[in-house]
Amino acid sequence: MVHSVLKTDGNPSEAIHLLLRRLLDEGIVDALLVPLRVASGDNTVQTLVRDTRRLEGMDVLAPVMPVTTARLVSAITMTGIKERVGVVMRDCEIRAVVELVKLQQAKADNLLIIGMDCMGTYEVPDYADLMRSGADVGGALLAHAASGQPQPHEDKAFRTACQMCEKFTPSHGDLRIHLFGDDPKQHIHVEVADDLAAKLGLEPAAPAQARENVVAAITRQRTETRDRLFASFRERTKDIVGLQAYLSTCIRCHNCMVNCPICYCKECIFRTPIFDHESEKYQMWAARKGAVRLPTDTLLFHITRLNHMVTSCVGCGMCDSACPSHLPIAILFRAVGQEVQALFDYVPGRSLDEPPPVATFREDELEGVQ
Amino acid sequence: MADTEFEPRIIAFLCNWCTYTGADLAGTSRIQYPPNIRVIRLMCSGALDPVYVSKALLEGADGVLIGGCHPGDCHYQTGNYKARRRVAILKSILKQLGFDEDRVWLRWISASEGRLFADTVTEMVAALKAKGPNPLKGAWDI
Repeated sequence: MVHSVLKTDGNPSEAIHLLLRRLLDEGIVDALLVPLRVASGDNTVQTLVRDTRRLEGMDVLAPVMPVTTARLVSAITMTGIKERVGVVMRDCEIRAVVELVKLQQAKADNLLIIGMDCMGTYEVPDYADLMRSGADVGGALLAHAASGQPQPHEDKAFRTACQMCEKFTPSHGDLRIHLFGDDPKQHIHVEVADDLAAKLGLEPAAPAQARENVVAAITRQRTETRDRLFASFRERTKDIVGLQAYLSTCIRCHNCMVNCPICYCKECIFRTPIFDHESEKYQMWAARKGAVRLPTDTLLFHITRLNHMVTSCVGCGMCDSACPSHLPIAILFRAVGQEVQALFDYVPGRSLDEPPPVATFREDELEGVQ
Repeated sequence: MADTEFEPRIIAFLCNWCTYTGADLAGTSRIQYPPNIRVIRLMCSGALDPVYVSKALLEGADGVLIGGCHPGDCHYQTGNYKARRRVAILKSILKQLGFDEDRVWLRWISASEGRLFADTVTEMVAALKAKGPNPLKGAWDI
């Protein structure tokens, strides 16, 4: 990888957009999957662009993630493509793509991954509010990037998953865009794969001096938030009564599963006839226990989803954002995931070469499990 | 009810090739063991989705016994190693969510170990009697 610098002349987003535009213009990629502002102006959504004229309205700084790009990458690569696609992603999305590739739900061969430092994201309705108010939503955050923690707009908060995210710089990618650690009005730093740097004619330059400290300070603060949220979750779920209370308002809509980048099963057990019971069964259960909550199996759903995917949970928090009851489900999955992943010294998204824990085993392990 | 001793109910998922045959041997050898288990035969311990173990516990089973071939002896080469990972994950999750993960037992019992099978059931029944009933028995709002 080569470090290089983009001169921004007071307009950092334009400098980034020009660089991305060149990828398409110069045929380095055949398509770009990038965030574009929708016509109504109040949302910014990932868009697959083949014609550079369509790149107007590109906004890579938009602090919003309506869906995880990992699901989109799965859709556009799963059955194979000839075209080379440049994809702009946050690190949680990149890590999810790494997991999906290993789970054979995406192909990375034709991807040019463009990783961005993530300044945090808002829930979609909050982002839309801010956009309608005419605020420079991404730009306002970027103003804090040089010195440290981007502050959310007044009356708004970042998504909980972002508040506790300690992995917000791109861990993979052919092109990594660094927002933290220098004055974006003058410079945006990039890290580029050698061959790509040559194609783009990017000159080597020294990395931003302050970056390491700025990133370390944010990481420390986020880790503290994370640990505080985990501790409060663990306090609340010390026993089953606590767990029941934690999930009491779940309406079992499955939205958390539908929006999870890791839950890819086309035939999820909860969507199969296994849970289409004969009508008389409900009477049996009600008779046995005296009463039975309907729909049934709320705890079973969450516990099973944990069993099936928590080893690969990247903590993107799309489950939170999708929950109509605003259940703090991402904290549950990240906290439980932390301990389960530690069993196998596994970090989701760390490497394409490490098989997911449930897809492999060692003969000499877990001898105490009985 | 004070004069009736609590009798735990155990759901046992046994692999066809080792533990189920071991249970058969216990029977044909006329080895006595407590009648507290309900056996479900699987082709392999590696075929057991944790959803079934969780379901049994949530519905009030006092214990779940998972029986497979000894490591290295799996009829399908490696199914029991995979089962061991899944059980490790399941137990970690159950523990973190406030369940008593020691109500789930994973044991390697071969087709020739009828005595071990009977002893295991005896031991498990005693352990569960000491624990008392599954607190979820009768829970309607789960």
